[in-house]
Amino acid sequence: MEKRKTFSYSRYGYLFSIPFVVAFLIFWLYPILYTAIIGFTDLKGISATKFHFLSEPFKNFKTVLTSSSFRTALRNTVVIWIINFIPQIVFALLFTAWFTSPRCKIRGQGFFKIVFYMPNIMTAATVAVLFQALFAYPTSPMNDLLTKFGIIASPFNFEVSKTSAKLIVAFIQFWMWYGYTMIILISGVLGINPEIFEAAEIDGCTSAQTFFRITIPCLRTILLYTTITAMIGGLNMYDIPRLYLNGGPDNATLTTNVYIYNQAFAGSYLYNRAAAASMIMLIIIAVCSIAVFQMYKEKDQSKVDRKRRHLAAKKEVTE
Amino acid sequence: MKYNLSKVKRVSKPVLALMYIVCIFFAILSLLPFIVMIVNATRNTYQVQQHAFSFVPSKYLLSNLKILNSKQTFHPVRGFINSMIISSGSTICAVYFSTLTAYALVAYTWKLRGAFFSLVLAFLMIPMQVTSIGFYQMMYRIHMTNNFLPLILPAIASPSMVFFMRQYMIPSLPLEIVESARVDGCHEFRIFNQIVIPMMKPAMATQGIFSFVASWNQLFLPQILLTNKKRYTMPIMVSLLKGDIYKTEYGAVYLGLTLTILPLFVVYFLLSKYIIAGVALGGVKG
Repeated sequence: MEKRKTFSYSRYGYLFSIPFVVAFLIFWLYPILYTAIIGFTDLKGISATKFHFLSEPFKNFKTVLTSSSFRTALRNTVVIWIINFIPQIVFALLFTAWFTSPRCKIRGQGFFKIVFYMPNIMTAATVAVLFQALFAYPTSPMNDLLTKFGIIASPFNFEVSKTSAKLIVAFIQFWMWYGYTMIILISGVLGINPEIFEAAEIDGCTSAQTFFRITIPCLRTILLYTTITAMIGGLNMYDIPRLYLNGGPDNATLTTNVYIYNQAFAGSYLYNRAAAASMIMLIIIAVCSIAVFQMYKEKDQSKVDRKRRHLAAKKEVTE
Repeated sequence: MKYNLSKVKRVSKPVLALMYIVCIFFAILSLLPFIVMIVNATRNTYQVQQHAFSFVPSKYLLSNLKILNSKQTFHPVRGFINSMIISSGSTICAVYFSTLTAYALVAYTWKLRGAFFSLVLAFLMIPMQVTSIGFYQMMYRIHMTNNFLPLILPAIASPSMVFFMRQYMIPSLPLEIVESARVDGCHEFRIFNQIVIPMMKPAMATQGIFSFVASWNQLFLPQILLTNKKRYTMPIMVSLLKGDIYKTEYGAVYLGLTLTILPLFVVYFLLSKYIIAGVALGGVKG
């Protein structure tokens, strides 16, 4: 009787996941497979849909991997991500330390959190065009500010310098994400058992010692999680480089997604090459995702181990 | 607390002052671009050319609005309506069906449950952009470009939201209540709609905000799918402001930018507390 009852209810498990599965098959799996297939074909030209498989199947992949603009795009994506991520994590950690330390009660924390996080919620496209206006040449708020305070004598053309273009894109990325990272890290710190901090306090640890020897090791998983999700987000950078200077000057802010867009929806509409580039990116992202998976597994495993050890210890005591 | 808090050594005054200076500096850094944008939206081209950086609003807001309207390409109202339709539609789909899928994962024991959950996890990290070429080709073949449905319906399968909803549901949904409703002869689907949904409301609200904002801000897919000007969303409208016709209309460009994020400002200042709490909740989902 009991068994029959669970059987009849298990039906609803399948029934209720049907919408997800159907949408998943149509809007995720099919496009992924379709993209993969297009990567092996000659599909190109505006509004083309018919294609033939290439006699040399990996030709598009080879073309993409050896193309200097794709390599530049990949290098730019990584470089811009690193320039943005290092200060992002440093300042996020610094604010986390300050906002969670019992030694300094900073007033207005709620206000600071709200303000630091705000750029994250604003449309990236708008932010990109806004920064282009802010750093325009010759008249722009930034040039006005810099000349007013005598930092530079005459307006600087931020748009033709490759270095400044990269730095500004990285800065926008930093500016949009440090608040988010900070809030994630603060919630991570609040999740640490307060007894650990009490013990450190009683043992006379300095703030720096507590932070580096206790807080950071306890945040290890969250730090890794933040790093890898930020990395995947960084690998997909599109809105800002595209609308800030459209990949320029001289491909200095060309990212892989801007490259894919330009291949497929501009110029000669090389859908096949763009598809091959997408698949290469998918592989890179999948490798990162697997890294996250392993991380979770390790964490869960260590939890189980700890529990087992704890139980064993308890058993010893009772025996 | 086992120890006396008053014994905790406080940082010295100069250090504390330094902390405040850094915090205030970053607060200004976060706000300044928006302040400059809003102030410049009220100034005319001549004023911006003379001093692009100013805190003093001027009186040209309406004339800037006229310039913006006269160019016939930038339609904030149309963009607002289009974005609103797409974002609301996809948010409703994402929130309702993610909760339903999470309920299927939590409340029932079924054979493929583990495999299904692994699938959800596997696609947690895959961004839609990498599938865009196949997606575009598929939609082009079935004549669904310039239609909002390809931007709304995919939200039914939102792996990250299913994951979040499941994590939230496990501790907060007492299965005994579901069981007693069953005893009372309630149908499973009615149990979900009338008992589970009200219990999940807080999680649905926070996830709804994020889903809405993410959809509102999306540029890549709408840009490749929507080629008809009447269908442009707000972020696509923004890219029009870069065009040559606005090159010398500084004030109007700032006003256009302001209009595209005005709804987000309103949402953020009304709900910032919940949004911050929601971000923090998302971070500890591990």
